[in-house]
Formats: sequence, C-alpha cells, structure tokens
Amino acid sequence: MKKFTKLTSAVVPLNIENIDTDQIIPARFLKATTREGFGENLFRDWRYNGDNAPKPEFVMNNPTYGGKVLVAGKNFGCGSSREHAAWAIQDAGFDAVISSFFADIFKGNALNNGLLPIQVSDDFLAQIFQAVDSNPKSALEVDLENQTVTIVETGEKESFDINPYKKSCLINGYDDIDFILNQKQLIEEFEQAR
Amino acid sequence: MSKTLVEKIWDAHVVKSEEGFPDILYIDTHLIHEVTSPQAFDGLRKRGLPVFRPKQTVATADHNVPTLNQLLPIKEELSRYQVDMLTKNCAEFGIELYGLGHPFQGIVHVIGPELGITLPGKTMVCGDSHTSTHGAFGAIAFGIGTSQVEQVFATQCLLQSKPKTMKIEVNGELGKGVGAKDIILYIIAQISAAGGTGYFIEYAGSAIESLSMEARMTICNMSIEMGARGGLIAPDQTTFDYIKGREFAPAGEEWDKALAYWKTLYSDADAKFDSLLTFNAADIAPMITYGTNPGMGMGIQEHIPATAAQPETEKVSYKKALDYMGFDDDSSLIGKPVDYVFIGSCTNSRIEDLREVAQFVKDKRKADNVNVWIVPGSKQVEQQAKNEGLDKIFEAAGFQLREPGCSACLGMNEDKIPAGKYCVSTSNRNFEGRQGQNARTLLASPLTAAAAAVTGKITDVREMLEEVEG
Repeated sequence: MKKFTKLTSAVVPLNIENIDTDQIIPARFLKATTREGFGENLFRDWRYNGDNAPKPEFVMNNPTYGGKVLVAGKNFGCGSSREHAAWAIQDAGFDAVISSFFADIFKGNALNNGLLPIQVSDDFLAQIFQAVDSNPKSALEVDLENQTVTIVETGEKESFDINPYKKSCLINGYDDIDFILNQKQLIEEFEQAR
Repeated sequence: MSKTLVEKIWDAHVVKSEEGFPDILYIDTHLIHEVTSPQAFDGLRKRGLPVFRPKQTVATADHNVPTLNQLLPIKEELSRYQVDMLTKNCAEFGIELYGLGHPFQGIVHVIGPELGITLPGKTMVCGDSHTSTHGAFGAIAFGIGTSQVEQVFATQCLLQSKPKTMKIEVNGELGKGVGAKDIILYIIAQISAAGGTGYFIEYAGSAIESLSMEARMTICNMSIEMGARGGLIAPDQTTFDYIKGREFAPAGEEWDKALAYWKTLYSDADAKFDSLLTFNAADIAPMITYGTNPGMGMGIQEHIPATAAQPETEKVSYKKALDYMGFDDDSSLIGKPVDYVFIGSCTNSRIEDLREVAQFVKDKRKADNVNVWIVPGSKQVEQQAKNEGLDKIFEAAGFQLREPGCSACLGMNEDKIPAGKYCVSTSNRNFEGRQGQNARTLLASPLTAAAAAVTGKITDVREMLEEVEG
C-alpha cells in the first residue's frame, strides 16, 4: 500500500454536499477487473457532456485549480460500497480528501488504499473554501504524524482524528491483510472453540 | 451485563480485541458477485494465498447480467468478461457459484434469505452496501470494499471497530396503502441521508414487529441510505417460520439447537443505545422522493420544500438537485407524468412485492406513455410468480416481466432509463445518473409505482384503493 506522511499542495475544491460514489465513478465504468485506470472517469458525468466534451464549468476542467488534495462538502462518499471510488480519486492524482463528514464505507476504502480521508469541522472546511475562493493556488499542509491540516496562507490549523492503527498502516505502507495473516492461529483456535 | 442485540452478536464473533486496534471480527458468511470481487481474487493470486474458508463463501452473478435472454451469451463484451471472470475465479478457488442459468441465481441479497443461508446471529458481509438487508433476520450484515473482500477471502475475518448503536422504534398501525418502503423512506427523510452514519440500527416497535420477513428486508436494506453500516431486527416467530424448511436452513437436531440460540437474540430490556428515535406509524403516508439523495423524500401529497428554507450551507446542493430533477420549489408532484416504472432491486423484488403489484393491476392496464419493467429478484421468485399466474396478470396489464438481476437499479447492464426521463422506481437510490446518464429517479413503494404505471403520472395510491372498495 502507498505510504503517506506529509503533503503540501494546492487543492481542488468541490463545494457540494452528499457526493455519492455513483458521481465519483458511475456504475457503467465498474466493468474493469483491475484496479487501474479509473481516474479518467472520475466524476465522469460532471466532468464531461454526453458527447465526451469537457464541461468547462466543472472545477477539474479549470486549469486554475489543481493539486493533490480534493476538498468536498459534507457526507462525501455516501451510497455504494464500490472501492472503485477510492481507486478513481487516487488514480486521478489525489493523495488526500478533506470533508466535514465522510460516509463510513468510503472512509474505510480510502484508508485501505493509502488515500487519506481528513475530517475537519464545518467551520474549518468553510475557511478552506474561502481561502481557495480568494486565491485558487492557496495551499494546504497535511501532516499525518501530528494529525494536523494547515491553510498555509493564513496559518489557520486544525487537528484531525484517525485510528492509531490505521495511522501506522498509512505511515508504514502496510495493510490489514498483512496484520490479520499474523493472527491466523488465533482465528483457527476461535473456529475450533465455537 | 445487559447488551444490545448488536453487542451480543458482535461479542460472539470477536477473535481478538486490543486497545488501540480495531477488533478482529469473524465472518460467518461471505457473499460475492462479479463486480467487486475480481480485484480481490487478483490480490490473492499476487500474495499466493487460497480462499481460507471457501465453504463459507457463496457467489452469484447479478449486477451486470442482462434481464432478457439470459441463456444466450451476454452481448456486451465487458459485462460478459466480468461474469466469465467470476466463473473462472470461483472454479479456481473452490467457491459455490449460482451463475446465470442456475435455478438459485438472483440478486445476492434476495437469494441469501430465500435459500436459508441468511440466519439469525450470523455475521455476514458482501462487497455491496445493501448487505444490510440480511439484518432483517437478526444478523450483523454490512457492505465492504474490495480490499476487505480480499481480507475475508484470506482470513475469514475483518478488522472492524465496534459500531455505535441506534434504536429506531416505529409504533402503531400503518394506514391503508402504506408499507415497509414508505416506513423506511419516511425515516430517511426525517433523519437525512447521513443521519445514521457510524451506527448499527436496530428497528423495533409494534409496526416493525407486525411486518413480514420480506417487508423487514425492505427496511433493513435501506439502512445504508441514511449512512448506517447496517440495520437489524430481533428475530421472532415470523423469522423462524420463514427460515424453517429452506434449502440450507438447519434441520432436525441442528434446527432445535439453532432455534434455542436464536431465541436469546434480542436487546436486553435495560441495554443502552447510543441513540434512540421513535416514530408513529400513523404519521406515515405513501412516500416519494423529489431529489437526488434518498433523504429528499416526502409524503406524496406534500409540496417540495423551498430552497430558501434549507440551511445556508446546503442551499447550493439542494438547488442543484431540484434543477437536475426539473422540479420547482414548493410544487406538488401529484399528476406529474412519468415515462418509466421499474419494479425490482434488492429493496423490492421479492414475491410479496410482485403479488402486491399483481393484485393491484389485475384487470387494469398501464398508461400508454409508460414503459413498465418488473425484474424479479431471483430465479426462484420468477418461477414462483409464474406458478401463481402473476406473469399472466402482468402481461395483460402491459407490464414486462424480465429475468433476475440488479437491472435498472444501477443501470450497469442494458436496462437504463434514457436521459431526462422520469422513472418511478422501487429501488433504493435516486442519485444523479444512477439509472442512466441524466435519468431522473423517484423512489417509491411497489404500490405507488404500480399506481403510476396505471395512470401514467404520480398518483396517491390511496385514492385508487378507495375506488376499488367503493
């Protein structure tokens, strides 16, 4: 799994609430049997018209914006459990997603792939959107070790929560299977004891 | 110590619990399908691992399959490849597959219960968010991502933090024309599409207890639509009666042993829930959604809430949703013409749903402006419908009875609603583009969908039920 420690980057702001995984990657693109290549269809129907022409008003088609951090409105990643959503975001070049609220399954999927979901307060999210509004190149600094995210321009900083186990997985680049496989004997004992 | 039902089942499945780490939770049954499993099988190959407990894994093909001519080769190349991959993977790793052509094939959340695979007290997972459906039996059942599918393949376990618990009581009697789908759409409209996030929900109260197993499945199915990981209902005589005699249900001595355990599966009287909500069944009308998340629902006679009345931070998203749907602030949906009616999905494709629709449309005919698709949840449901002659009623009404699959719920196969068209759907999600690019979905119960099919427009089904009786 991809490691994550620290990141300073401009952001792609998507100030919409309840972004579901059908928007992130529509079902018709789930027919692939590998994990790669989903990035080109990230937010497909918001990004392109029916004739595949880019929609100029969508933020990812605006060259003013760019960066490795996606910032979105609350309840990000709700709906379908498709991990393809996390793969698509990562494949499109993002390393972290910030929102004031994440849907559970999306959050788990992101963490399992080394894509850091950062939950901030409604106020801090509004501050980020404001900063990007006044300067599209406005950068964020994400520090996983210290669990902080900082708006570089203003120095405003907020701490975020992350499960300590998951944090160590991200920093060291190991995943749940590595961890559970070490416990196989316990699992077999559990089965026998039932 | 008193425990909630969730805690009882959870604690019975913890292999290891350690401070600072998620629990290692043992999974009794793993359901898989063609869309979210191929990358997990690939992962096993890369690590050189077998499936640890193949006998506790069951596969079917549902998301991507055509719902006409299922015995012919799948026309769409990528879909065919994905379904073929499932067949190959199941053969290679020793997993039972109920694929196309098998009499047990169907939507994964329909076949588990009808085959007696879904049982009280079990832990069940599937790479599909509607796995919560199986909670209707008093099981801990939840959707997982593909990395977790691989985890369960490799270890029959998951790393999971113990969820918070919420109890939702619905008491009293339901009005005429109001069913399980209306209850759950009502609850979601009350607490929003994120109101259950982080929780496992236990549904209780007299209105829930009076529901059939299939109706309970409809309720638990949509737990995820308020963000909850799962929803469950304590098993009772209705549950036991439903399970007894099913294909893989315990029998003989095993049954007695199982039943004795199942009867211990309830929340203790003084168990503490992290959250408690109570609703009155009499307040619930036939529901319909007007927006692009399942929380945007209302009683069918109500008017769409105004954008101005929304919280400041939500106005932009709210307006975007109404614009997508082509609806105005403060307007009524009654009389609004519809183009498609879809009766199907893991929410409402079981035999009781089909019976209810058939009974309503008997001696009626669909409106000319509407295409009506009925997609049964499984081969068994399809066969049962034919045995009961429901197919004849549907045919006479101009409804097309198709073959089982997820179909137009998510439009992965050819069953798509065209751009701009309105579909009254018994499925679970009204997200933008869910049923096809720029398609507009209105979620409703099978009865409300059937009423729209007959009149060609959004209709309060209660008025038609009165007509019948008058």
